[in-house]
Amino acid sequence: MPTISDVKGNSARKNIEDALKKAKEFEEYHALLSLTEKRALERADAVDSGEITGKLAGVPFVVKDNYLAFGAPTTAAAKILENFDAPLQATAVEKLEAEGAICIGKANLDAFAHGGSTENSAFGPTKNAADPTKVAGGSSGGSAVVTALDIVPFALGSDTGGSIRQPASFNGVYGIKPTYGMVSRYGVVAMASSTDVMGCFTKTADDAELVMSIMAGRDEKDMTTLPDYFESTTVDGKVKIGVIKDTLTDDVDESVRNVTNEYIQKLKDAGHEVEEVSLPLVKLSLAMYYIIVPAEVSSNLARYDGIRYGRRAQNVKTLAELYGRSRDEGFVTENKRRIMIGSYVLSSGFFDAYYLKAQKARTLLIQQFDELFNKYDLLLMPTAPTPAFGFGENTDDPIKMYLSDAMTVPANLTGMPAMSIPAGTSPDGLPVGVQLVAPRKADAKMLAFAKSMETQR
Amino acid sequence: MAEYEMTIGIECHVQLATKTKLFSPADNDARDAKPNSKTHPIDFGLPGMLPILNKEAVNLAVRAGKAMNAKIANLSRFDRKHYFYPDLPNGYQITQMYQPTILAGEIDVPTEDGTTVKVRIHHAHIEADAGKLTHYGDYSLVDLNRAGTPLIEIVSEPDMHSPTEAKAYTTELYRLMTFAGITHGDLYHGNMRFDVNLSVAPKGSKELGTRTETKNLNSFRSVEKAAEYEFKRQVALLEKGERIVQETRGWDDAKGKTTSQRSKEDAQDYRYMPDPDIPPIVLSDKQIQEIQSNLPKLPPEYRAEWGDLGVDKSVINSILANQKYAELVSAVLSSGGKKAAKRVANWISSNLTIDEATDEKKNADVADLLALCEMTEKAEITSNAASELFNELMNGATDPRRLAEDRNLLQVSDEGEIAAIVDEVLADSASQKAIDDIKAGNDKAIGFLVGQIMKKSQGKANPGMAQKLIRERL
Repeated sequence: MPTISDVKGNSARKNIEDALKKAKEFEEYHALLSLTEKRALERADAVDSGEITGKLAGVPFVVKDNYLAFGAPTTAAAKILENFDAPLQATAVEKLEAEGAICIGKANLDAFAHGGSTENSAFGPTKNAADPTKVAGGSSGGSAVVTALDIVPFALGSDTGGSIRQPASFNGVYGIKPTYGMVSRYGVVAMASSTDVMGCFTKTADDAELVMSIMAGRDEKDMTTLPDYFESTTVDGKVKIGVIKDTLTDDVDESVRNVTNEYIQKLKDAGHEVEEVSLPLVKLSLAMYYIIVPAEVSSNLARYDGIRYGRRAQNVKTLAELYGRSRDEGFVTENKRRIMIGSYVLSSGFFDAYYLKAQKARTLLIQQFDELFNKYDLLLMPTAPTPAFGFGENTDDPIKMYLSDAMTVPANLTGMPAMSIPAGTSPDGLPVGVQLVAPRKADAKMLAFAKSMETQR
Repeated sequence: MAEYEMTIGIECHVQLATKTKLFSPADNDARDAKPNSKTHPIDFGLPGMLPILNKEAVNLAVRAGKAMNAKIANLSRFDRKHYFYPDLPNGYQITQMYQPTILAGEIDVPTEDGTTVKVRIHHAHIEADAGKLTHYGDYSLVDLNRAGTPLIEIVSEPDMHSPTEAKAYTTELYRLMTFAGITHGDLYHGNMRFDVNLSVAPKGSKELGTRTETKNLNSFRSVEKAAEYEFKRQVALLEKGERIVQETRGWDDAKGKTTSQRSKEDAQDYRYMPDPDIPPIVLSDKQIQEIQSNLPKLPPEYRAEWGDLGVDKSVINSILANQKYAELVSAVLSSGGKKAAKRVANWISSNLTIDEATDEKKNADVADLLALCEMTEKAEITSNAASELFNELMNGATDPRRLAEDRNLLQVSDEGEIAAIVDEVLADSASQKAIDDIKAGNDKAIGFLVGQIMKKSQGKANPGMAQKLIRERL
C-alpha cells in the first residue's frame, strides 16, 4: 500500500481491513497507540455506499496521538491524558475526513511531543522501520514508521522543532513542515504555540502535495492561520539553491554529509544552480529554541492540573498536593524538565535576559534567512546530524538529544516551510534525508520542486 | 488625624456587555444559570483549544477608553498571567500586561460639595475573568460560567484624597461605563468591582506612605466606607509608631471593616508571557474615530447641556443616576425648551427613587410630559396633582389631560363657579375674623380664606383666581 493513488478507487473496506491487518502485523514496532477500527470500518462502508466521497475517499491514514480525533482516546502519549476522549476533532482531521480519508489509528509520540526519538512516550518507544534496534526518531516517530512500513499511505504529524522532518529522515519517507499558519492548529494538543505546525508523512512528493493542499487554509478557530494561499504548482527550469555550509561541519555524521553531497550532485545534474552559503545564526538557533519553546511549553501544559479532566492523583490532602502529584504522575521526565526550564526563563527578573533576548535573536535569524532568500529560491541542508541512533544512546544526556534538532529548529523559529526528502542510506542501511527550506508561503513551490526531483530518481 | 493625608488610587473591573465571551462563543450572560452550563471547550481549557478574540469586546473597550478621554493604542497585545487555581482552566489568565489597548486618559469627577476633581487614568487593559469556586466542608465545586467573561480593568492614578472623592470617582466611572453601553452595570452581580489602593502620609509630605489594596468592593458606598476605615486604621498604626504592611485586604460589609488577606511577601511570580495564540490588535485612527463617533451622550455632555437650566446640582446629579432619565430631560429640552426641561428635571429628582443598583428603568412619552408641563404652566392642575400625574406617566400611563379629567384633578378656573364659592366662604361667620384682619392691614390672613375656598372646591379651584376674587369683594 505505498501511495495514495495505489489505493484510491479500491473498495474502502478492503483498504481499511488491509491497513488494520498490517497495523496488527507490525505491532512489535509499537508505532500505534490505538486503532480506531470500529469507526474506520463504518466510514469505509459509507464510502463504499457512496455516502462519503472526496479526493481521499477510502484512503486510510494515521494521526499522531496529539490530534483530537474520534474513535480512540487522545493521549499525547502521556499518562495525564491516558483516558481522554476528545469531544471534537482537530480541523486538519475534519478537513481530511471531509475528503473521505479514513483514520485507522493513532500514532505513538514522545509525550506531549517533547523529544526526538519517541523514547519519551509514557507507553514505550517506537522502533525504527528500517532497523528495529534503532529509534524511530521523534517526536512524530509513530507516524513516520506507519508510513515507512506501508501500513497507510500517509500519516499526520506535528512539527515544533523538527518532529516531522527528523523521524521522516530516520525512516526514509517524506516529511512536510508547512509555513507557520498554513494549517490550523485547532484541536491539536499544543506544545509551543509560536512554532507548532501540522504536517504529514508520505511516500511521495505528489502525495505530500495532495494532503497538504487539503489540510491548508484559514481557520476561524485558529487566529494565527494565514489567509488561503496554497496552490499546487510545477517547477520549470533552473532553480537557485543555497547549501548552508554551517550545517555540514565535521560534527555532522559522515554518512549524512555524503548523502547530502550526493543529493547536491543530483541537483547539479538536473541543471540547478547550487552554491554554498553561510548562515551564522543557525548555530545559535538551538539556544533560542530551548528558551522560547520551553517557555511556551510551561504555559501550555499548565492546564493539565487534574481538576477538570485527565488523571487526578488519589489520596491527596491539599490543593497543592493535588496539583503536584497529578502532574508528577501524569508527565514524563522530559515534560517536567521543559516545564522547569520554561518557568525559569519566564520568572520575574529572568524574562528579559532569556525570553526577550531569545525573541530578539529570533528576529535576527529571520532576517538572515530572508536575506538569503533574496538570492536563492531554496536552501538545502541535512535534516538531522546523524541517521537513527540506538535506544538509550542519548537518553541520559538531554543536550546530546537536543543537538539532534539543530538543523530542524531554524525553520520553526522563522516560520518557514521545510521538508525532509528521503535521499539515501548510511553504510549500515539506515535512511538519511536532506532538508529543503523555502521562503514563507512558498510551500507549494517547495513541494513542486521535490516532485520534479522525484522524477530524477 | 488632621495632620494626615490619604492618597487613593482605584482599580476597577468592568464586565463588558458582549453577547459571547472574550475568547469563546459561549453565552456571556451567566446570571442565575446552572453551573457550567455557559461554557465552551475553550473556556474549559480542553487540549488543543485556541482563543478566538471577540471583536465586540475590543469595540467596547475602545468605547470605554474614549468615554474616559483616553488614547487608544494602534497596536496592543495579549499576555498570559500564570497561576494555578481551580477556577482558572488554562493555568493562566489572558490579560494585557505589556501593551494594553486603552492608554492614558482623564475624568472630571464632580463631587458632592460641587467641586470637580480630575482623576487621571493610567491605562485600562482587556482581560478574561476566571470562574467561581464554592467551598463546602471538605470539597469545593468549580463553576466556569464566568470563566472567559470579558473585562476591562481601569487603573487610575493616585489622584483622590478623600473617601468622598473615591466614591464620586467610582460613581462617575459607573455612569460613564453604563451610559456608553460598555456594561450592564449590574453591581449586585459584580458587573463592576473596585479595588481601593490607599496610603497615608503626613500632610504636605512629598513621599507617599505604604499602601494597602482593599479588593472586590461592589458598591460606591462600600468604596467610601472602606476608604474611611483604612484611613483610620492606618493613621492609628502610624500614631502607635507601627509600620503599614503592604498587603491585600478584604472588605467585610457587615462589620464595616477591612481584613488582611495576603501580604506582598506572598506575592506570586506570574511569569507573564506574550500570548502566542492571539495576533496583536491593530486599530487604525479611522477605526478608533468611527467607534468614538458612535458613543451616545455621556454625563459630562449632559451637564454642559443642562448648565443654564437653573436647577440644583443635586437635581442634575440624581437624574444622571439613570441614563433613561437623562435622555428624557434632554429630549424634553430639545422639543419643549428650558422651562419644561427644568420642570421635568425637578419632577424626576423629587418623585423617583433613584437607585443605581435597581434595574427598573421607568420612562414616559415626551409629548405627554410636555402636555403635563403645559397644564402645570397654565395652572390647570396643582403642583401636587402634577407630581401625581408625572408618576403615572413614568409608570406607563398616557394622555395626562384625560388622566386629570378622570381623576377630577383639573382646577376650576371658571370665574362664575369660583365666585359662587368665594361668596359662600365670605358669608360664613367663621371667615369674619380673617376679613377684619385683612381690612386692618394684615394681608396674610387672605391665605386662610383661600384655604377655605380650596377645601370647599376639593382642591380644584385655581388659588390665584380665588385670591383675585376675594380682593375684588373686600
